[in-house]
Amino acid sequence: MMGISKRISSIKFALLSPDEIRKLSQVKVITADTYDDDGYPIEHGLMDLHMGVIEPGLRCATCGGKVDECPGHFGHIELAMPVVHVGFVKEIKMFLDATCRSCGRIKLTDDEIRSYLPEIQKMDFETGDPEDIEILTKKYVDLASQRMVCPHCGAQQSKIILDKPTTFREEGTNVKITPKEIRERLERIPDDDLIFFGFNPKTARPEWMVLTVLPVPPINVRPSITLETGERSEDDLTHKLVDIIRISQRLRESRDNGSPQLIIEDLWDLLQFHVTTYFDNQTPGIPPARHRSGRALKTLVQRLKGKEGRFRSNLSGKRVNFSSRTVISPEPYLSVNEVGVPERAARELTVPVTVNQFNIDEMRELIKRGRNPRDQFGRYVTGVNYVIRPDGRRIKITDQNAAENAERIDIGWTVERQLMEGDIVLFNRQPSLHRMSMMGHTVRILPGQTFRFNLAVCTPYNADFDGDEMNLHVIQKEEARAEARIIMKVQEQIMSPRFGGPIIGGIHDHVTALFLLTHNNPRYTHEEMVHIMAYLEPDLLPDAKIENGVKYYYGRDIFSTILPKGLNVRFRSKLCSGSSEKCEFEDDPADTYVEIVDGKLIHGTIDEAAVSPFSGAIIDKIFRKFGSQEAARFIDRMTRLAVGFITYRGFSTGISDYDIPESAVARIEELVVQAEERINKLIETFKRGELQPAPGRSVEDTLEMEILSEAGVVRDESGKIASSYLGLKVPSVIMARSGARATMLNISEVAGIVGQQSVRGGRLNRGYYNRTLPHFKRGDIGADARGFVRSSYMTGLNPTEYFFHSIGGREGLVDTAVRTSRSGYMQRRLINAFEDLKVDDSREVKDTVGSLIQIRYGEDGIDPTRSARGKAVDMNYILFDEGRR
Amino acid sequence: MAKFNVLDHNLVPEHHIVSEEEEKEILKELNIDKEFLPKISPNDPAIKALEAVHGKIKEGTIIKIVRKSPTMGHSVYYRVVASEVFK
Ligand SMILES: [Mg+2]
Ligand SMILES: [Zn+2]
Ligand SMILES: [Zn+2]
Repeated sequence: MMGISKRISSIKFALLSPDEIRKLSQVKVITADTYDDDGYPIEHGLMDLHMGVIEPGLRCATCGGKVDECPGHFGHIELAMPVVHVGFVKEIKMFLDATCRSCGRIKLTDDEIRSYLPEIQKMDFETGDPEDIEILTKKYVDLASQRMVCPHCGAQQSKIILDKPTTFREEGTNVKITPKEIRERLERIPDDDLIFFGFNPKTARPEWMVLTVLPVPPINVRPSITLETGERSEDDLTHKLVDIIRISQRLRESRDNGSPQLIIEDLWDLLQFHVTTYFDNQTPGIPPARHRSGRALKTLVQRLKGKEGRFRSNLSGKRVNFSSRTVISPEPYLSVNEVGVPERAARELTVPVTVNQFNIDEMRELIKRGRNPRDQFGRYVTGVNYVIRPDGRRIKITDQNAAENAERIDIGWTVERQLMEGDIVLFNRQPSLHRMSMMGHTVRILPGQTFRFNLAVCTPYNADFDGDEMNLHVIQKEEARAEARIIMKVQEQIMSPRFGGPIIGGIHDHVTALFLLTHNNPRYTHEEMVHIMAYLEPDLLPDAKIENGVKYYYGRDIFSTILPKGLNVRFRSKLCSGSSEKCEFEDDPADTYVEIVDGKLIHGTIDEAAVSPFSGAIIDKIFRKFGSQEAARFIDRMTRLAVGFITYRGFSTGISDYDIPESAVARIEELVVQAEERINKLIETFKRGELQPAPGRSVEDTLEMEILSEAGVVRDESGKIASSYLGLKVPSVIMARSGARATMLNISEVAGIVGQQSVRGGRLNRGYYNRTLPHFKRGDIGADARGFVRSSYMTGLNPTEYFFHSIGGREGLVDTAVRTSRSGYMQRRLINAFEDLKVDDSREVKDTVGSLIQIRYGEDGIDPTRSARGKAVDMNYILFDEGRR
Repeated sequence: MAKFNVLDHNLVPEHHIVSEEEEKEILKELNIDKEFLPKISPNDPAIKALEAVHGKIKEGTIIKIVRKSPTMGHSVYYRVVASEVFK
């Protein structure tokens, strides 16, 4: 199957001629009034019934249609005097410039005309490239405009000046060319000359750009609204049209009874102003027309232009029914596949159910409940908002008519029932940057006002709870529900198509908790174990070890209860892969490696490498070996176990995490002093001119480089000293080393020193003349004058350091601001380029026309979601797994 | 300076002219009309480089492109020489 049913072959733009405007028109509007005292539209007024109806009960005088049937019809206004159309000022200027003021011919010689005619005649105005045509016509117009004597009649020409926005005058005079004169000049241009301007005389005569007749848009385009007070309020366009008709009338009267020229000109200018602002109320050079309230009117151009305009807001932007939006909050006891929906939203959102012989009794039961049913405990139960008859009529269910309508329904009716537990809905957070930004969840109706979900899905949505809001969509069709269940559900999205690993997993406290539960394999009594496991299914019980006649449960055995039988994995834990130096558990294979055999954690610490999004090896392997459902079950249990454990054990962090002994502070201080000495020595050497430049660098660069590396060394060394006193008992360190939050670098900034601040990879050097801040001597390039922060966050920064830190911090903010907008636009362009490409069943990539894009998807036909982090297979895992069979 | 042959650069994949017999086989194998194949401009530097060796290449000639691939070793791609799309 190829080809599309309809294709636009061409679009033609032309000018409306006055005759055509009259032909389009169903009524000549002559009075500025709208409604009579009874509220009935006045004939030949702006709300004349020939232009359509907006009031129920009335019929259109043109087509006889009722409110929703009549599409609306144009009317027209005969302007007393012609006015310039603002949208065509540039073109009018071009014609006036390039044609003779007296005979109207284009100011090209006959020879030129003869020689240029073939090349412009070759151009097809209907199918040719407008840019090519413009290049040619610009050449002719430029040539003709320069001529100051007409080659045809010999008349002297003068330059045309455009006084923005719509007034023309000849250079050297102060007299303007009236629109009437402009029109006359344009009329004189012969059809044959128009081709040189890129105009097709059949569809566009230049004088049509000076208006004598104004089309009046249908009433449907400018409906009046009735306020609650019964007062009628007219659309901005109608207001504008009223102005135009009034002034046009006064102008006609003044002209006909021979008023002074000055008065006529004033009125004419006023008419020009109103017509101009009717088209575009933001025309530069004239004040925008305003309401009595002071609000600027929204006229034609304002309706279309910009973010709030018809194109970007209404045509490209879609709004949908059956959706809701509210603040989100966490709920650790929901499954990753669920979403908590507040009652208020659930009552409003409906699912259409077609009544058939099997469900009719059930539907009757639902309708009988009415709109606001509750069970005996006051809990939410599903009601019905509407029933729809087979002919499409909607009947609103109220508590009064519920019983009656329950009896009325029959096979073929549709019942719009409220949300129910277990319904599948789509849940979304903007910006929707990847497909996991919109996933299928099953509904849980909860008290409260917020949407709630498991913390493990924060990562794919990139959500946090500092006020984020999310959208929820109720699916209306059976096919869509099936798709959502089979491919959009959260569990089906655990694996990221970006890197072939899990993107859903434990975060923050989950990681901390499992780390504490498994590191050094702590021992718990039976009672403690029961508390820890209280949130899991009661049949999950760890193996006990009896020591001295007492039953004990070990952390790793507790964790093992949530692992599926048959799981075999071995991987390095985060704890031992963090720093490049040797970690204190390196030689203890029991902690370096995590080893899981047949769903039992033999040894190792569970941390970021095991359960986190992006890295979580356990989630990854469970998904591959046991499928999506088992993976989701593991994540659900894992988050519950983690929350259960950490609430039982307790965990908190604070400033005292960073207390180090006086001796350590002294040692760090000494390090800093030494480093500063070395830096000073470097500067002295440099000033003596004895510094050896590094290969390929200037002496100045070399100095900066050396200083930077010295500063880096002190920071690292002081960090090492600080962290040597901060062991795995310290909560902050637990979080950093387990991968729950922050890094050891952050910790050394708090306890050690903050270190050198930089902008664009170099030391700070800008600000004041030859110095960073007025607190230093000019030309000082010492450490503390160029952004070295020797304090720690614990001790606090001194004022100059604080300034430096802010300067360095700002770079990060600017970077992210610039990066997000740029990468966002790049991604948007890619999405638009790729949106209708399709991988077919032979893995060929084709577009909608059938053109081949790739012979095999990605040239190798591999789905990155199913790849082992981009590789075809994970050999280590396969060998380990096979070896345990 | 001697003119550099773009085909010698390590980032430029191999380009080969496809003979008419091969062409039939390729189109049959891909089950596709020639017009639906991806295009390459006759002004493409790679085409110019091929023309320097083999003489003028007609529009409609299929060019076989062999790319290096980290997962496949190499992967084959075809393009038709065509100027219409490139203005
Ligand atoms: Mg937020
Ligand atoms: Zn009508
Ligand atoms: Zn003339």
